[in-house]
Amino acid sequence: MSELIVAILLLTGASFMILASVGILRLPDLPTRMHASTKAGAMGAMMTMAGVAMHFGDVVVFTRAFAIVIFILITAPIAAHVIGRAGYFLGTPLWEGTVKDELKDNYDEKTHSLYSGFEPAPESVIPPTHKKRDEDDEI
Amino acid sequence: MIGFFWNVTLALAWVALSGSFTAWNLLAGLIFGYLALMVLQKHVPALKGYSRRLPRLVSFSLFFIKELFKANFRVAYDVATPVWYMKPGVIAFEMEAHSDAEIMFLSSFISLTPGTLSLDVSDDRRVLYIHAMFLQDEEQLRKDLKELEFRILKIMR
Repeated sequence: MSELIVAILLLTGASFMILASVGILRLPDLPTRMHASTKAGAMGAMMTMAGVAMHFGDVVVFTRAFAIVIFILITAPIAAHVIGRAGYFLGTPLWEGTVKDELKDNYDEKTHSLYSGFEPAPESVIPPTHKKRDEDDEI
Repeated sequence: MIGFFWNVTLALAWVALSGSFTAWNLLAGLIFGYLALMVLQKHVPALKGYSRRLPRLVSFSLFFIKELFKANFRVAYDVATPVWYMKPGVIAFEMEAHSDAEIMFLSSFISLTPGTLSLDVSDDRRVLYIHAMFLQDEEQLRKDLKELEFRILKIMR
């Protein structure tokens, strides 16, 4: 029974990794490729680790597998975010099927400042209410 | 955070005093420290609400794993089938999170769920720009993001 569960976990993990690499090849633009590659890959690694921990059934292996999963969960979103952000601001064209882009109008290419669309006046970028709340948080 | 620090310290004290340096004994120390802090938290303001966070953390983990599976299968289905069902786009998401740590956790968890990728935070830190892969139902997506944010803030605050 446990052999079967281990086999299922390992196979689904491996197929998620295959789908991640197929996604890099097939998907049309950089952000959608990041969707497929980093997250499905992380998911595949997580399931593989779960299978490994289950197969050995040992505390030492379990804690190592747990640590590996935690480190993957910490690093994967940061890598995806940094690559996606760099690609977007360098002007990589989005796929023509993209339905909307709410960032483009709020980004100033000359000063590299990014507005939220909630600014009360053009001079002050940080609204006073928000600034006050931040200071409260630190206390 | 200070509560967790004390929990670990109490566990180490338990291990040192009971004299058996094993993983199970450390786990027992963590549980006893947790119970001790649960009793103490009414009287120490810095520890307020510490014991409430563990059940919230567990329920959040379960919720997040469920979301992770659901979203992963959705992306996997679109990659594996020849026709594109996706409608990608960048949306502005107004955050309730304000401190650095809150924004970091929120954007990381949003990036971690397939189908949404956090691109950048606006300079006044009120809006998070998110690249979403499935914008068929934008209202539903915003509702899901709000729920995720609400659950994260319940653990952090």
